[in-house]
Amino acid sequence: MNVRSFLLCAFMALALPTVVAAQSFAGLGSDAEGFATPERGYVFQFPKDHGAHPAYRIEWWYLTANLQDAEGTAYGLQWTLFRSAMAPEERAGWDSPQLWLGHAAVTTPTAHFVAERRARGGIGQAGVIADPFEAWIDEWHMTGADMQQMRLVAAGDDFAYDMQLSAKGPLIFHGEDGYSQKSGSGRASYYYSQPFFEITGILTLPEGPVEVTGQAWLDREWASQPLGASQVSWDWFSMAFEGGTRLMGFTLRDSAGPDYTAATWIEPDGRTTAFPDGAFFAEPLGQSDVAGRDIPTRWRAVLPEKGVDVTVEAINPQAWMATSIPYWEGPVVISGSHRGRGYLEMTGY
Amino acid sequence: MIRLGLSALLSHWRRNPWQFATLIAGLALATALWSGVQAINAEARASYDSAADVLSGGGLQQIRRADGAPLQVSEYVELRRMGWQVSPVLEGRLAFDDQTIRLTGIEPLTLPQAAAGDTLVQPADPDDGLFAEGDVVFVHPDDGPLFDGRAVTVRPDASRPPGTAVTDIATAERLLETRDEITRLIVAPTQPLGLPALPPRYVMTAPGTQNDVARLTESFHLNLTAFGLLSFAVGIFIVYGAVGLAFEQRRGVFRTLRALGLPLRTLMGLLAVELGVFALIAGGIGVTLGYLIAAALLPDVAATLRGLYGADITGQLQLRPAWWLSGLGMALAGTAIAATAALIKLARLPLLSFNHPRAMSMHAAGAARWMAAVALGLFALGAVIAWGGQGLFAGFALLACLLIGAAFCLPLLLSSALLLAGRLHRSVLAEWFWADSRQQLPGLSMALMALLLAMAANIGVSTMVSSFRLTFTGYLDQRLASELYLTAQTFEEAQELTAFAQSEGATVLPIIWQDLRIGGLPAEIYGIRDHVTYRENWPLLAAVPDIWDRVARGEGALINEQLARRNDLAPGDMLETGDRVLGVYGDYGNSAGQVVISDALFAQRYPEVQALRFGLRTEDAARLSERLEARFDLTEDALINQSELKAFSLAVFERTFSVTAALNVLTLSVAGLALLIGLLTLASLRLPQLAPVWALGLTRRHLATLELARALCLAVVTGVLAVPLGLALAWVLLAVVNVEAFGWRLPMFLFPLDYLKLGALTLLAAFLAALWPAFRLARTPPDQLLRVFSNER
Repeated sequence: MNVRSFLLCAFMALALPTVVAAQSFAGLGSDAEGFATPERGYVFQFPKDHGAHPAYRIEWWYLTANLQDAEGTAYGLQWTLFRSAMAPEERAGWDSPQLWLGHAAVTTPTAHFVAERRARGGIGQAGVIADPFEAWIDEWHMTGADMQQMRLVAAGDDFAYDMQLSAKGPLIFHGEDGYSQKSGSGRASYYYSQPFFEITGILTLPEGPVEVTGQAWLDREWASQPLGASQVSWDWFSMAFEGGTRLMGFTLRDSAGPDYTAATWIEPDGRTTAFPDGAFFAEPLGQSDVAGRDIPTRWRAVLPEKGVDVTVEAINPQAWMATSIPYWEGPVVISGSHRGRGYLEMTGY
Repeated sequence: MIRLGLSALLSHWRRNPWQFATLIAGLALATALWSGVQAINAEARASYDSAADVLSGGGLQQIRRADGAPLQVSEYVELRRMGWQVSPVLEGRLAFDDQTIRLTGIEPLTLPQAAAGDTLVQPADPDDGLFAEGDVVFVHPDDGPLFDGRAVTVRPDASRPPGTAVTDIATAERLLETRDEITRLIVAPTQPLGLPALPPRYVMTAPGTQNDVARLTESFHLNLTAFGLLSFAVGIFIVYGAVGLAFEQRRGVFRTLRALGLPLRTLMGLLAVELGVFALIAGGIGVTLGYLIAAALLPDVAATLRGLYGADITGQLQLRPAWWLSGLGMALAGTAIAATAALIKLARLPLLSFNHPRAMSMHAAGAARWMAAVALGLFALGAVIAWGGQGLFAGFALLACLLIGAAFCLPLLLSSALLLAGRLHRSVLAEWFWADSRQQLPGLSMALMALLLAMAANIGVSTMVSSFRLTFTGYLDQRLASELYLTAQTFEEAQELTAFAQSEGATVLPIIWQDLRIGGLPAEIYGIRDHVTYRENWPLLAAVPDIWDRVARGEGALINEQLARRNDLAPGDMLETGDRVLGVYGDYGNSAGQVVISDALFAQRYPEVQALRFGLRTEDAARLSERLEARFDLTEDALINQSELKAFSLAVFERTFSVTAALNVLTLSVAGLALLIGLLTLASLRLPQLAPVWALGLTRRHLATLELARALCLAVVTGVLAVPLGLALAWVLLAVVNVEAFGWRLPMFLFPLDYLKLGALTLLAAFLAALWPAFRLARTPPDQLLRVFSNER
């Protein structure tokens, strides 16, 4: 999922022309000169690693949730904080090379609300502190004494939410103990998740407040050069099946070679199995016209080794993130060999 | 049958390529003028919309500290963390050897789109290192060299006003050597749900005074649009002439086609399709030409508007669908208007009607009288509109009535003038000359109407622009009469600053006011010190004798035009404030009412209000501002030198004139073309009338000279008639349309010398138009003239 950084780079290049005493700011595919790079065998340290890693070029705190109200109506919720560094350090004041970007969204079966925030580091407008945990940009925040119990807040000009998160399982680590490879040539990121959050709270929508409950999934990832130059887009799936197992799978689409896939199978108790390139695959079954583009909002996702062959369908095909760099992100319903709910992210369409 | 009919119709154009060229050229030029002006307007507007000035916050609200102190970065962060979507701006003055640069530091991540100019987001050369090494500063190219040695990367940007620079807030902090300071916060237009109230230590202020100027600019646009419309009308007269002529000449073809069994409906359909295709072709050419005109003129217009409005028009033209579609639409609509009469005539044409194109002139006298009657009707309608109508639409309707009416009057007026001239001359040749001129009139009247409208439009627009300029400079003089403007943060600072300025020999004029409501609407009351500045500069529209002395003695108040118009006040009336109105002054670009009383009276009435702003009159503004800046730690907008601004604005108006002059020449060329076409068409028809005169002994050369003289005579009469029409037009633009649109009236100034020049240009256009037909006449082979007699039926 580190490909999301791609978003950030493109966004910054568009939105920050005059900016920031900027040292040369390369795309993700370029050299990570001066920045730290992920190594195999890294031992995570908590709570420290919940915080920011300014020595790496990109990082995110990415939460998605499947919710429902008392009548059973399905909702999706997104809260994301991206960090993008132009230099591998933090400096106090406006001169900070750390840039922050927040995305928040609420999806209903018939509507999709989006808001975006931007900030630079060094002045306290945005940041992440590990202990006690606090990730924030403007008034949006995800805070708690630790990552077990947290409050999650965001608002746009037409929606708002205020949620409580409660972790019901352990952190899980993707790839080789959190070292997640993104291409055959060895590009990688550090990647762990908390997929076992229970979430409750209130969505404020134009029709009024709605009380909701559901499940949430937090992704944590950081890297410095995670993408190959020709890896231009991706499809990312998180699935929570009935019975408590979960599956994360992604396809990195390569314009100059074969696609790269990876997956993590998560047992209800948090035990994981990582699958290498090729074990998981996904193919579009149906397209929708979204924001003037053809977007596959119905998929077949397959992981034969676990007997998974499911149809993944968007709850609202119009879950378009009309942010600086637009992409598709929304809740899905899963049917077929397994049933459940999940989230789908697609870029590059 | 349809194909045959079409080919028969089109064969006419093959045989008359000149006529075809005329039709296309007339329509194309009309469209070009219209869409050129539209393009300039659209471009300028689009630039405002996307790039309202960062320096003033792009028309967005601002947040400052209530106590006037600079904001701290922590306060910005605190507001953001409350949810307030605000963006910091740090401003200051950078001193160089002999000048200062006003530096604005912005925070691009949070800057609202509405406040971020195009030029900020899109540097001229994207490869030129969006993320170049070093601190990037955008400056006007002339100021670039100043930054040598400042360890910054300079990006020259011609759309920035000279003397200003924009950079990232981090760079601004370094260059200005400030720490942890923010001048103001720009408030984003949309804010999140559940936003808490703004803490009381901050104040939110409206976008500021730039709207005043924006209204003047808007007025300028409106007038340019009117000019575009007039130019188009001129072109439509040409098309009308060409279509009408083609119709007359093709009567025979129509009759034959109809006699062969082509249904009337099909024939009319074919003609409509034919003209529609021509309109699209000509419209396409016209839009292209319009683009070229706009591209040539835009830099000047950009400079004009930049001077008026700030740094927000890029000077680069984009093909905007709005105006090229409107150009094509106008071409189609214009053709439709021009062709309607011809098609109606065709529908009524008896199947075997006698083919007699020359009969046209026999009915001319009747037609002229009929048109004059229509004109009278239009004038009456115009009078009704002027008297009872309200709103901008009424203003434009009045304009239309006036212009079309005047054009319709022209044939009758010209023919009367020629009749009169004929009576005054008793020689055979002269009588023939005048009689022949009258006989030719119907064929030329469309072209002459176009000439009349072109010249009237030019007079109107020149008067409007010149009046606009005088008014605007007057406005600057009134508002910015002092050489320097000084703003203090506190009363103590104000006393210190003014004492120092006085010790330096400057006269200090406090600017002090209080908001109030008059007639339920917001207004301001000002206290002014009795000084020659006001006596000399303020443009009084109405005044009692010794007005300044009486105001100084506290006997009454001055009010602005808006207040006077809104509340129907005149000198002698009493105001709600208890003051007697002594005079009314023009206050262009302001929407609020204003009352001005003496400072003594003001202090007595509002003892709690203390002056923080001052005008400084001084001989040497540069030296005083230097001394003030050296002595005090003045913030960015604390000291403003208006003489530089004024000089710049005046330079800008000079450029406006080059635009107007260029448009003048273009419209007159179009009218000249119309005349040329009319004369060329007549030339072939008139041979039977000239041949007998030639046979009686007049040389071809003499005949040609007479032709030239006739064209000039007609142009002179038309030109003379155009002057009052142009002035009426200017009056409607300034006194009716402007009042309806903006609530204030631009005073009208007359420029007789300009009108003389325009008259000369008109004569030149007529002369050039007549030259070629006259030359051809002089070279007509005698056998052609002789053949007239052998062909005579």
